[in-house]
Amino acid sequence: MVIEALIKIAIVLFVVLTGVSYTVLVERWVCAWVQDRIGPNRVGPLGLFQPLADVLKLLLKEDIEPLMAQKWFHWVAPVISIAVAFSVLAIVPFGHVLMLGNHAIPLTIASGINIGVLYIVALTSLGVYGITLAGWSSGSKYSLLGGLRSSAQMISYELTLGLGLLSVIMLSGSLDLNTIINSQAQGLWNVVRAPLGFLLFFVSSFAETNRQPFDLPEAEPELVGGYHTEYSSMKFALFFLAEYANIITASAVMTVLFFGGWHLPFVDQLGLSSLAMTIIGVLAFALKVIGLLFVFIWVRWTVPRFRYDQLMNLGWKVLLPLGILNIILTAFEKIYLIA
Amino acid sequence: MQYRTKYNNPSVARKLTLWEKLYIPEVIRGMITTFKHLFRPKFTRQYPEERWDAPASFRGRPVLVMEDNGVERCVACGLCSRVCPPLAIEVRASETELLKERYPVVFEINMLRCIFCGYCEEVCPEEAIIMSKEYELSFRDPSEGIFGKDKLLVPKAELQERLDYLAKMRN
Repeated sequence: MVIEALIKIAIVLFVVLTGVSYTVLVERWVCAWVQDRIGPNRVGPLGLFQPLADVLKLLLKEDIEPLMAQKWFHWVAPVISIAVAFSVLAIVPFGHVLMLGNHAIPLTIASGINIGVLYIVALTSLGVYGITLAGWSSGSKYSLLGGLRSSAQMISYELTLGLGLLSVIMLSGSLDLNTIINSQAQGLWNVVRAPLGFLLFFVSSFAETNRQPFDLPEAEPELVGGYHTEYSSMKFALFFLAEYANIITASAVMTVLFFGGWHLPFVDQLGLSSLAMTIIGVLAFALKVIGLLFVFIWVRWTVPRFRYDQLMNLGWKVLLPLGILNIILTAFEKIYLIA
Repeated sequence: MQYRTKYNNPSVARKLTLWEKLYIPEVIRGMITTFKHLFRPKFTRQYPEERWDAPASFRGRPVLVMEDNGVERCVACGLCSRVCPPLAIEVRASETELLKERYPVVFEINMLRCIFCGYCEEVCPEEAIIMSKEYELSFRDPSEGIFGKDKLLVPKAELQERLDYLAKMRN
């Protein structure tokens, strides 16, 4: 049991870390292509070894600690960021059950948790501590402003995130991620059943992951680098890693909640063996996550950054009322259309 | 809070329609645009492999024109040295038996100083110093940056394009 979990952790960590470095590469490619450039193509064939070069560069950099920094918090902030980003993955079901003989292995690291959605919401809220602490402990005005912005932004958008999530919980009547997937496998995917809820969740997950158009905590033209201005070497790399890990996590969570997780329609009617079904499920999950990742990157290179007042207006005056409306609509849907 | 910018000044800004105010459709429109750009031909030049061929009007490093008999056109009048804004040119004159009577014993351009302004070319009465197409200049040591006659002299045939261009533009 423990060994099983450890193997799953190792595999998931390996896949996600590789995924993170290649997401960075793909981000740079997409950025270049959108701007009619070529993008990284020098390191290795097609530039595929670029992530290795980047990591090596970051490892060899000098780790500078500012004189005015609060040493302990300055050190612990990136650790919080990265830990939170990765620990959400513990409950994401990336496939159905793998049958090895008579032994069933659920393809979730922490299987059998029946409050998965709560766990996600709780942990993503913790992510703000890493950024705020980083901003405050650096002892620099730019970092502090970045940290303050991020806490305000994350608190504002967490409400919308929760309200968007609520429609999923209402429709499936459960907090368990596997139950949510199964309810989508039986009926329609939640993106069809609760499109407004998906939109709210999607928009606010951009804010939660500090991505364009809501990357105000970083806002490099205004705040130099925002909360990570004073970070260098591997500590900076951890923030970088956490940002992209967050995007992958957000895509995975979105896949589970709105796109039916590992479920593909019509595949169960083909009459394949259970092993083939599991493999198809994992591939389908990966494909959906990759698709959403691309959308994340695509939006980043399309939409310009919001101004701070626009961000707050959107969060409180538009998205929050929409979220409440969404709950009412979902309730009607649940009572009159589904039941 | 409302900032006063060009874009929310009612006399300049266009009124947004309801469709545009919904924002999401406009974002999707923008995303379609960027998606189209993914497949457009790229502008990037793969530099070390793919070099830029400069047009005749380009001001690369200044060179001395070498006539077909292997002698420079320069008569060492020193005007280029006089006009050079960063004082990059040094000319030392001497006499010769040839028809032009004077020639530069030493002609040096400090390429670390040169600003590629082209004044030397403009002031030269003999069209002896002109700007070439060469733009790749790098040195391992500052002393390498001082180009003597050995590096400056270029056969006239190689510079014909620039000479034609000058002839065209000066008349």
